[in-house]
Amino acid sequence: MSFKIVVLAKQVPDTRNVGKDAMKADGTVNRSALPAIFNPEDLHALEQALRIKDRMEDAEIIILTMGPPRAAEIIREAMYRGADSGYLLTDRKFAGSDTLATSYAISLAVKNIKPHLIIAGRQAIDGDTAQVGPQVAEKLNIPQVTYCEEVLDVSDDELTIKRRLERGVETVKCKTPLLITVHSSAPACRPRHAKLLMKFKHARTVSELQEETKDYTEMMTNKPYLRIEEWSVADLDADTEFLGLSGSPTKVKKIENVVLAKKDSVELTTDDKDIDYLMKELIDSHVIG
Amino acid sequence: MNNIFVYCEIEDGHVAEVSLELLTKGRKLANEIDRKLEAVVIGHNLTGIEKQIFPFGVDVIHVADNSRLYPFLTLPHAEIVVNLFNEEQPEIALFGATSVGRDLAPRVASALKCGLTADCTSLMFGDHTENKTGKEYKNLLYQIRPAFGGNIIATIINPDTRPQMATVREGVMKKEVFSATHKGEIKHVNVDTILNEGHMAVQIVERHIEKQKINIKGAPIIISGGYGVGSKETFDLLFELAELLGGEVGASRAAVDAGFVDHARQVGQTGITVRPKLYIACGISGAVQHTAGMNESAKIISINNDPKAPINQIADYVINGNVADVIPKMIKFYKHNTK
Ligand SMILES: Cc1cc2nc3c(=O)[nH]c(=O)nc-3n(C[C@H](O)[C@H](O)[C@H](O)COP(=O)(O)OP(=O)(O)OC[C@H]3O[C@@H](n4cnc5c(N)ncnc54)[C@H](O)[C@@H]3O)c2cc1C
Ligand SMILES: Cc1cc2nc3c(=O)[nH]c(=O)nc-3n(C[C@H](O)[C@H](O)[C@H](O)COP(=O)(O)OP(=O)(O)OC[C@H]3O[C@@H](n4cnc5c(N)ncnc54)[C@H](O)[C@@H]3O)c2cc1C
Repeated sequence: MSFKIVVLAKQVPDTRNVGKDAMKADGTVNRSALPAIFNPEDLHALEQALRIKDRMEDAEIIILTMGPPRAAEIIREAMYRGADSGYLLTDRKFAGSDTLATSYAISLAVKNIKPHLIIAGRQAIDGDTAQVGPQVAEKLNIPQVTYCEEVLDVSDDELTIKRRLERGVETVKCKTPLLITVHSSAPACRPRHAKLLMKFKHARTVSELQEETKDYTEMMTNKPYLRIEEWSVADLDADTEFLGLSGSPTKVKKIENVVLAKKDSVELTTDDKDIDYLMKELIDSHVIG
Repeated sequence: MNNIFVYCEIEDGHVAEVSLELLTKGRKLANEIDRKLEAVVIGHNLTGIEKQIFPFGVDVIHVADNSRLYPFLTLPHAEIVVNLFNEEQPEIALFGATSVGRDLAPRVASALKCGLTADCTSLMFGDHTENKTGKEYKNLLYQIRPAFGGNIIATIINPDTRPQMATVREGVMKKEVFSATHKGEIKHVNVDTILNEGHMAVQIVERHIEKQKINIKGAPIIISGGYGVGSKETFDLLFELAELLGGEVGASRAAVDAGFVDHARQVGQTGITVRPKLYIACGISGAVQHTAGMNESAKIISINNDPKAPINQIADYVINGNVADVIPKMIKFYKHNTK
């Protein structure tokens, strides 16, 4: 049996460069104005999986993502870099999930796949919580190792992992099954591979096939690896009460944009007299001195 | 029952700063709704640890002391906290947003099926009416946090599940001793009845934790440099001024990424939150992720050659010019006009 690795990946709006056009008139963030990208730390997670596959011939990398239908884009992106297959969890009933409901849905999908190892990113750049990894591990009742920087050693039943902590490093060992979350200090993901791009560029989910004008029937029969599995709530053994909004104990009461409140500032030049004036003010008011 | 709990992190026999800050906040919250403040301490060789904790106004300390509990491991710590919370039914539970707290708290919240708000920058009580049902809630914990890469601030509530759990980053809350002579009750957790072999699945092979050498958080004056400082050499001027004024040198992420200074000096959302009496921002543009970590400074001076730099909006004094021209003049004036 192969060594199955599930990589959890999320498609996120690129919040690192939010420009003025990304703000709506009412002051909220216009998500559609931001490009949707592969969550950066999830690419580091994918690289760790690929490195394991470099070492273990029978390793198999499966991408799992929960999101809207277009999130299949990141599954293809992962395939171009070396992932073998992917699952997209998509259903309106997942909408409004907080991390607890997200983790519940993801954990049910993972149970269907039965991997030896689950690799997640540390944190997604939109929700910014870093909670989904540990919560999926808890739901699966398996150990977690967070902040992984490098998988030092891996065998069928045990991993040795270097962790990056705030003020140091730690090396730990743990038996599989296990969930690890990967830190941005881990190596960046390798680029797309031209051969894989050719191989997987027609990979599609069922929903995507319905949108295609071209007939994919023959291609899908001859090349079953082009099929990206799509699961809805019906495919999971779920207690629907724990999904989506009803399964989310946290509620967003209010969202505000970060706007800097303008202060009345004193404007100065680099002239000696300006600097001297400022320093004197600071000394006289005991801020310094 | 229904009290306010703070998980206290231990490193080398010391309670972490962030935990003491949370105890300070916890005491205030407890007073507002007339509840007790309880601390949870999990580790090994903890005799006497209460001396570090009671002065923050703690009413009850739950101590779990066992050789399997230090250094920190997720599973045994989570198991003990989950057991304790099931018995004690806290109203609120606070954890540091550190590599320990952000590993542990989500696991605990998942086991208890309750809500957890990450990385809060402010906590306060407020009321809430559920739109659909019209149900009213009194004194819910408003958990205020940045999200979306720091571009928005969200107020999160957990109306129906308890405890209301939150993590808070170091430096966000103020640390204040409640009373040096305050004493409370110590309760010992029976660790052996809770843990089994399965909880020890992760083994630590090696561990190198550095003592925190640079600590800019407590500094009353911070001279902070950004990408606009331009070089390590110009940063040396900032160090000279900082030393003269009895302050510390901070930095923006761009300055850290450029290799001008150590990451331990980074101020902002992914660095340290500071609130000094004087913050001098030198060649810093003022991205929200940076200002999130310093906008509560009592006085802010911006030195920037771009009069439109966003940082100027929150500065009390704006010096329009080059860092390398301004700092030496400040040093000169200070040297001549103080003993
Ligand atoms: C403004 C705002 C604030 C929020 N605050 C909170 C809060 O404080 N508490 C809370 O519980 N929820 C909160 N949420 C909801 C939360 O963002 C969502 O539940 C989100 O789906 C998961 O959380 P995250 O983005 O923080 O992921 P993280 O927990 O940061 O993600 C960690 C890793 O888990 C994996 N992962 C996460 N999501 C998916 C996915 N959909 N598919 C596949 N893998 C995934 C990835 O590997 C990722 O790197 C907030 C949402 C918003 C919009
Ligand atoms: C998720 C996330 C987290 C982040 N966390 C942090 C964080 O914790 N802390 C942080 O700081 N950033 C953080 N950032 C990065 C942040 O968005 C900015 O990129 C960063 O703060 C910019 O640093 P800067 O102001 O030094 O550089 P720049 O934006 O390049 O600004 C340089 C400034 O220097 C001025 N200047 C240039 N030359 C001179 C001169 N000779 N004299 C005077 N002025 C001069 C310029 O006019 C400009 O205003 C984060 C970003 C993301 C996406």
